Amino acid sequence: MLLSSQVTAAEVVIAVAANFTDATRQIAPLFEKATGHTTRISYGSTGKLYSQIEHGAPFEVFLAADTQRPIKAEAEGLAVPGSRFIYARGKLALWSKTTGLFDSGEDYLKSGKFKHLAAGNAKTAPYGLAARQVMTHLGLFSRLEPKLVRGESIAQTFQFVATGNAKAGFVAYSQIKSWRGKSGSIWEIPLHYYTPIDQAAVLLKKGESNPAAHAFLAFLKSEAARKKIRELGYGVE
Amino acid sequence: MIFDWQPVWLTLKLAGVSTLILLVIGTPIAWWLARSTNWYKQIISAVVALPLVLPPTVLGFYLLIMLGPEGPVGRLTQSLGLGTLPFTFGGLVVASVIYSMPFVVQPLHNAFQSLGQRPVEVAATLRASPWDRFMTVVIPLARPGFLTAAVLSFAHTIGEFGVVLMIGGNIPGVTKVLSVAIYDHVETLEYGQAHLLAAGLLAFSFVVLLALYLLNGRLNRNHQP
Repeated sequence: MLLSSQVTAAEVVIAVAANFTDATRQIAPLFEKATGHTTRISYGSTGKLYSQIEHGAPFEVFLAADTQRPIKAEAEGLAVPGSRFIYARGKLALWSKTTGLFDSGEDYLKSGKFKHLAAGNAKTAPYGLAARQVMTHLGLFSRLEPKLVRGESIAQTFQFVATGNAKAGFVAYSQIKSWRGKSGSIWEIPLHYYTPIDQAAVLLKKGESNPAAHAFLAFLKSEAARKKIRELGYGVE
Repeated sequence: MIFDWQPVWLTLKLAGVSTLILLVIGTPIAWWLARSTNWYKQIISAVVALPLVLPPTVLGFYLLIMLGPEGPVGRLTQSLGLGTLPFTFGGLVVASVIYSMPFVVQPLHNAFQSLGQRPVEVAATLRASPWDRFMTVVIPLARPGFLTAAVLSFAHTIGEFGVVLMIGGNIPGVTKVLSVAIYDHVETLEYGQAHLLAAGLLAFSFVVLLALYLLNGRLNRNHQP
């Protein structure tokens, strides 16, 4: 840790998309141990965090759930140009708490034998948009639409399924990984059924002169962090 | 820009139905609270006031668990053949009734308390039955309280957001109320639509509250001899 003793330890303020909450909680301590810097982290929906950043929130690093918002941050001069990169690729899964509910998720969706199907709101949640693309890809969207219950975020969608209010739903594969039950029926949806849910990170203007902010982004690209991210159910490039 | 009226009607229907139910349920509770000398009366008061303090997400989360297929209330409704309440209009009504309860009970409680025992006792000496006493003496005298209760619960239900979002599932025409529609527009950067609905809601809320205060001021003046 020669490197970290040369620069004074600093604190980095990070805004993290809700779906990456668990992952960040596991990565942040690794980062702190490796660099001696400390972190202060806020979690929220990408849209909400973005409008907070727009209105002067003190965030220095932004881990979004999409690429659109970081690109916009760059374009509007809120982020440091060229600092953007994809740190994780979200995977969508069809999940039910009930073990043996389906062998083939595709057949289950086609059967239509359920009252509610949970999915994120396609307008506000990237995983919701992906779910919609999957249903469209399977030619089932118009049949399934009347049964859809929409969560504002993927966290709320997960709640609908976890509380049994919807028998099954489209959730993030990483959520199933961190769910204590871990059992149930899971269909990992083929990646070509939907546009990749790329999640981009960006250095914000407020963090430009903070060594800890630079260090955090560098750490996110390190093999240690990538291994962790993969373990937690995300894809990494 | 096509204006979507559906969330507006749905919200008015939800607020109307919830307010009616609340007046029916809230009146006896408030009356009992105003008259009772039981020690556990304070516990009931505290329970009724809980929604004022709890964040809507807490309330919504518990309702989701309680009313869901694995929760106690959900099991009951299922065994009665009613299905489960989340994601239905009925579910929103139940949530709104709980959420807006203090806005009905507290003004009525205050109104009943400020009446005192006198009018009811006088009516009793004139041999009015308890029901008669309540309908012909208490209700007319407590009119400002009823008005406040009705308007506040109506307005509060219209502005409800966190709870309906959590147990509603954002289904157009069923559970997508005004506040959720505004939220959707804001999140998707459709600021024009959002402004239209939000400004409408703001103006409506202001007019309703202003009317309430004007009317209550007049009613109170009429009561002072």
